[in-house]
Amino acid sequence: MSATLTHERQPIEGTTLFDGDMAQRGFALNAMCYSFNDAENREEFRRDEDAYCRKYKLTPEQRKAVADRDVLGLIAAGGNVYYLAKLAGIWGLNVQDLGAAQTGMSVDAFKAKLLSYNEYGGAA
Amino acid sequence: MSEVIGGYFTSHVPAIGGAIAKGLQEDPYWKPFFDGYPPISEWLNEEKPDVAVVFYNDHGLNFFLDKMPTFAVGAADEYQNADEGWGLPVSKPFRGDGALSWHIIENLVSDEFDITTCQKMLVDHAMTIPFQLAWPDREAWPVKVVPIAINTVQHPLPSAKRCLALGRSVGRALESWNSNDKIVVIGTGGLSHQLDGERAGFINADYDRFCLDHLMDDPEALVGDSIAGIVEKAGTQGVEILNWIAARGALGERTLAKRAENYHIPISNTAAASLVLEAV
Repeated sequence: MSATLTHERQPIEGTTLFDGDMAQRGFALNAMCYSFNDAENREEFRRDEDAYCRKYKLTPEQRKAVADRDVLGLIAAGGNVYYLAKLAGIWGLNVQDLGAAQTGMSVDAFKAKLLSYNEYGGAA
Repeated sequence: MSEVIGGYFTSHVPAIGGAIAKGLQEDPYWKPFFDGYPPISEWLNEEKPDVAVVFYNDHGLNFFLDKMPTFAVGAADEYQNADEGWGLPVSKPFRGDGALSWHIIENLVSDEFDITTCQKMLVDHAMTIPFQLAWPDREAWPVKVVPIAINTVQHPLPSAKRCLALGRSVGRALESWNSNDKIVVIGTGGLSHQLDGERAGFINADYDRFCLDHLMDDPEALVGDSIAGIVEKAGTQGVEILNWIAARGALGERTLAKRAENYHIPISNTAAASLVLEAV
């Protein structure tokens, strides 16, 4: 039996596996987001977003996605959602807001979609 | 000799921590979820374990991409929680069990698992929320901990089969641990959910049901899929089922009975579940 390596797998619709290629591409962006565990760094970003992004040497693609609050753009630029969640927190967005932004739905519609699974799954 | 009392498995969605902080346990959105936990607390209060061996994943509190261990075993006498960046209250610290940690580490390496050992390690909501749910309103956590972190962040991830084998090796270490301690094994995360991409909001109740139905008596059924296969079925973050699989492995071959089970959709973007497999 031969192993299926990460880069040989079949694509999954609407899904980017955060693999070595993405982790390399996204390193600067994710490093910036990781720094947001520290409240002082979050404050510094709020004070001067541009200077803070320069300090972490974001690529032009990453810088644009941050400026545009473009969640799918952040993912495409190598952002990992666990780190991006810390940036989203600065913007006052939770994972449901992120979900709505990525699916082109309103937050209410996204929440309704999640609730609709309940009719199917139910409580055990 | 030490005694393994069984396993406690639970989701660890950050929003749960927010709901606890705001006292929303009786809120209609939250109640069906929180209702799963009184039987679990009751079991733990009856059994009074001394130590918890916890399989979880870090979400960018302790580990960054500069150094990303596949399997990391805590080897400290204390673990701190810290600010994760989005407003969860910081939890009280955890007492570690360094001696048991090193016993597990010796056994894992002897079994040819090339793990990372951490004498200093922050633990995130994947540890704190399961503890808050199981032991609410405690001044201090009533158990010492051995945290074991599995990489579910950066692919390639360890296979489900490898995680089961890792857990089984930990289980053998627990069998040979010479103490009078009672040990609970904990696995956290899942079930199906996906936070990122156009498929964000994906949930798969059929797959979750399959996992809940097979984990106890046929864990091998959960390890047939590749990681990509699990992502397809469970969502990008649904791969946290690896923590459940490893924890199940640590329970070994002993006879188990389902003591508690709850499944509820949704909590935030996640199909949330809790389960106790009691050693009988």
